[in-house]
Amino acid sequence: MSVSEKFESMDYGPALESRANVDKWLADHGGKFGLFVNGEWIAPKDAEQIDTYSPSTGEKLATLTSARQEDVDAAVAAARTAQGKWEKIGGHARARYLYALARLVQKHSRILSVLESLDNGKPIRESRDIDIPLVARHFYHHAGWAQLLEDEFPDHEAVGVAGQVIPWNFPMLMMAWKIAPALAAGNTVVMKPADFTSLTALMFAELCQEAGLPKGVVNIVTGKGDVGAMVVDADVDKVAFTGSTGVGKMIRRSIAGSGKKLTLELGGKSPFIVFEDADLDGAVEGIVDAIWFNQGEVCCAGSRLLVQEGVADVFFAKLKTRMGNLRIGDCLDKCIDVGAVVDDIQKKRIEALIQQGVDEGAEIFQCSSPMPGTGSFFPPTLVTGVGTDNTLFKEEVFGPVLTAMTFRTQNEAVGLANNTRYGLAGTIWSESISRALEVAPALKAGIIWINGTNMFDAAVGFGGYRESGFGREGGREGMLAYLKPKFEKTLKDYSAIEAPAHVAVPKAGTGMPGVDQTAKMYIGGKQARPDGGDSTAITTHKGAFAGLVGAGNYKDIRNAVEAATKAQGWAKTNGHTKAQILYYVAENLGYRAAEFEKRLVELTGASAKAAAREVELSVERLFAAAAMADKHDGAVHAPPIRGVALAMNEAVGTLAIVCPDNAPLLAFVTLTAFAIAAGNTTVVIPSERYPLLATDFYQILETSDVPGGVVNIVTGERDAMAAPLCKHYGVDGMWYFGSREGCETVEREAAENMKRTWLNYGRAYDFTSNVQFVARAMMERGSEVKNIWVPYGDANEGGKSY
Amino acid sequence: MTETLINQGTTFHPGWLDGIRVNKSAVERRTGSLGGRRAVKKDSQIAFMLKAISCIDLTTLAGDDTEGRVRRLCLKARSPVRRDILEAFGLGDMRLTTGAVCVYHEMVETAVAALQGSGVPVAAVSTGFPAGLAPIETRLEEIRRSVAAGAGEIDIVVTRSHVLTGNWQALYDEVKAFKEACGPALMKTILATGEHGNLTQVGKASMTAMMAGSDFIKTSTGMEGVNATLPVSLVMMRQIRDFYERTGQKIGYKPAGGIKAAKEAVLYLALVKEELGRAWLEPELFRFGASSLLGDLERQLEYHATGAYSAAYRHPMG
Repeated sequence: MSVSEKFESMDYGPALESRANVDKWLADHGGKFGLFVNGEWIAPKDAEQIDTYSPSTGEKLATLTSARQEDVDAAVAAARTAQGKWEKIGGHARARYLYALARLVQKHSRILSVLESLDNGKPIRESRDIDIPLVARHFYHHAGWAQLLEDEFPDHEAVGVAGQVIPWNFPMLMMAWKIAPALAAGNTVVMKPADFTSLTALMFAELCQEAGLPKGVVNIVTGKGDVGAMVVDADVDKVAFTGSTGVGKMIRRSIAGSGKKLTLELGGKSPFIVFEDADLDGAVEGIVDAIWFNQGEVCCAGSRLLVQEGVADVFFAKLKTRMGNLRIGDCLDKCIDVGAVVDDIQKKRIEALIQQGVDEGAEIFQCSSPMPGTGSFFPPTLVTGVGTDNTLFKEEVFGPVLTAMTFRTQNEAVGLANNTRYGLAGTIWSESISRALEVAPALKAGIIWINGTNMFDAAVGFGGYRESGFGREGGREGMLAYLKPKFEKTLKDYSAIEAPAHVAVPKAGTGMPGVDQTAKMYIGGKQARPDGGDSTAITTHKGAFAGLVGAGNYKDIRNAVEAATKAQGWAKTNGHTKAQILYYVAENLGYRAAEFEKRLVELTGASAKAAAREVELSVERLFAAAAMADKHDGAVHAPPIRGVALAMNEAVGTLAIVCPDNAPLLAFVTLTAFAIAAGNTTVVIPSERYPLLATDFYQILETSDVPGGVVNIVTGERDAMAAPLCKHYGVDGMWYFGSREGCETVEREAAENMKRTWLNYGRAYDFTSNVQFVARAMMERGSEVKNIWVPYGDANEGGKSY
Repeated sequence: MTETLINQGTTFHPGWLDGIRVNKSAVERRTGSLGGRRAVKKDSQIAFMLKAISCIDLTTLAGDDTEGRVRRLCLKARSPVRRDILEAFGLGDMRLTTGAVCVYHEMVETAVAALQGSGVPVAAVSTGFPAGLAPIETRLEEIRRSVAAGAGEIDIVVTRSHVLTGNWQALYDEVKAFKEACGPALMKTILATGEHGNLTQVGKASMTAMMAGSDFIKTSTGMEGVNATLPVSLVMMRQIRDFYERTGQKIGYKPAGGIKAAKEAVLYLALVKEELGRAWLEPELFRFGASSLLGDLERQLEYHATGAYSAAYRHPMG
């Protein structure tokens, strides 16, 4: 086209980024890549080969090696060997390496960007302006954590070897999110990139060599899902996975009970809420960033649009107009908005989901922009006319597909937003700060953006609620995912305290009978008889009859969870009030100390001194929990925007607590007190052997103004009670102290709705230890961090007048 | 200039202002990422730069302007780019001119004479430019005299206190009175956005000015501390789009002051194309108020024509 024609048409025309450097790099490797193990490239001869393609053109880019079991084992062994030394060289030395990696990413930013776009299909603008700069930022930030590790995380150590499996949507960024914190904390890693997009990870291996990283600290094994499974199941201490919720559940089940530390960053169907008082044009651009960024292949994509009815028509019209201006094309064209989806397989998956949605009644509007003739392209799509049961409203599409619905009121918006199994992110558009800051905490999601979307920073934790997984990446909470308290390795094996086989039945006495005492369950603030109508005899340490407790069954669990769910307003009770109630519980326990001491001596055979100590410590723990109730402050991050990110601690929700037999009063009090101090409502299964200490305790709860349903006590067999709890969808988290097998069961079953679990993995915690039960760490166990991004600014950038 | 482009205005609809809310961070994100999303290269870049020239209101607004200076500027407006450069693009006979020449009232007659037969209109800044605080009778009379002297376009300034106090009715009345005084001349309304408190005020002032009959809305006099910016432009363009959707009337846009580099000009054109569409990429609907921009465009065009970076002295001075 001539200049004259261009002058008439005013078309942009392609502006292609050069790929010469990438082509040369690929050619230098003969188009073939091995595995990066122990600082060296290995190319096992009989290993399967996988071809990797550029989705934008369909051309083959290179051939990858699929790791075999022995290769994964070799990588893990190399990581294991390297780990001790890597941790011992200290935070400052690790900081130097991470700093060098950050610098190298910047020095090679162009070739990395081009390679990323070619391999993944994403627009060069995004890889160049977003992905790769964030990679560098992540290494810089974590160089800092390495430097500060000993100061910031005293009494912690590296977990060990981390097995990390990442997805294809942000190949290098996800790699950085995994490797940077792991290395900073002193771990070594075995990384398995996605088979569609392994090339930047392989180039990163070369950067590790360039940085002189010690051998074995970073190992990269390529292959398909089976190789990922090998990494997960290998002798690693920590598994970190980003990917689909389905695979996340499989991983959790497969490592259940192993004691491997786990973080899962999974799928989402994040709401994007537009209130009538929003900057509507701004919100339209927000949608472009939410669902047409990276072709919608973003776990936190704002894929469910909720628009207030009064502005819906205007808003949809604006949105459709905007869609007409989206440019779709070659990933290296600097003049496009939307690139190719990662592979034809993904394109077909999107098409199938759209078809299903249409079959269920959805209406489809697609971007009318011209589409490239070849490559895996899918047009930006708006879906309307759906009910809440439509596949496209419920299921993650992982493509450029936005499903829209209207709402009437703020409360309805929140209801619709939370009507999902997922909980990764949420976006709120409103010019009212009162409204936005009220809605943000009401959304069940780990990341909230106000008047903006898809903002990321290494200092601000990223991760979800519900079936979007658990654990955070970035920031302080992200570092904790790669650290463990030093005391953990000193824990001894746990064993339940068996009741005597035979219970001596009390003999009939003479004279006036005593008044019968019935220990009931405690549900919804009321004493409740067991649903099954059965009781279990509890004995003293000498085997004498001490009393009967209700034999709980799954219906008692159901009732207790229901009561706990109803009481969740507790989370909104202010810290001062929570503290007052906990102090009051402590006060009332103090009144009855002698009674509890007597009970402890009688049941457990503890010395009078030990019993007094346990009651005393229980009072102290109640004080500690009360003290923390109004001090578990969040943080205000300063990400690189004009604005703040508020890291708010929120209660997990309904927490099931299965207590151990050791320290039966202290364990019950400690776990329950901190759980409720953090705002959770609880269903507590007290020690199976010594439940009477808990049933005695509910009278204290009753007299201490603890609202009904905040603490529910169900007595019964530990594992028989744990089973319905860990399957219960209404239970958000579970703390279990019991056998190794019991832990395995809980963790396996917890995978279904991604309960947050704290398990003892068959080890015995020492509840008398103030090191093992540090108040702030206990609060962290009972909470999730929600990061709320609040960009601000209104003043006109005016200047002095003439 | 065709009659159909003249904005008849509407009655004052305060309701049209109620929904205007502008989130500054969102505006900045849009303008901040635009350059990365719309790289304009090679032939497209040449076309965009030529288009930019055709949309320049070549301006001199200085106390020391003389007739000689204005005549030289007008000759530059008639022939803004060296012919050999245009020939290199196969456009030797495209008859490229700037969009207009913009002067104070005193220089209108000189400019009209110098531009005779060129088709380049003369624009006069008016209404007590730049502060706009002369008596209303004076301001109205200034418009009438410039129109009588042959100015085809009048760039008016508004009373900023109406914007700052939210007195939109008063702003509407003022602009409407100016419009009546303009008669058949095209009216460009300078909002002096650098003196507004926030972008929401810019949006509301834009809509009010269009309701009152402005044919163009313009950012600045060029004399405020901050003049045209991309964020302000985005806000004003979105109001133009909304006004068009409400009334079917296309209103022009003129960023003025501070745009000096060819690269910036191309970015402005891309923003216009994205937010308003191809139709607005014509001098009838888009102008740059600029004096030094042309020089950089000429240099960049020479680079595209020859492959060698240019120097200022190689281009005829305006």
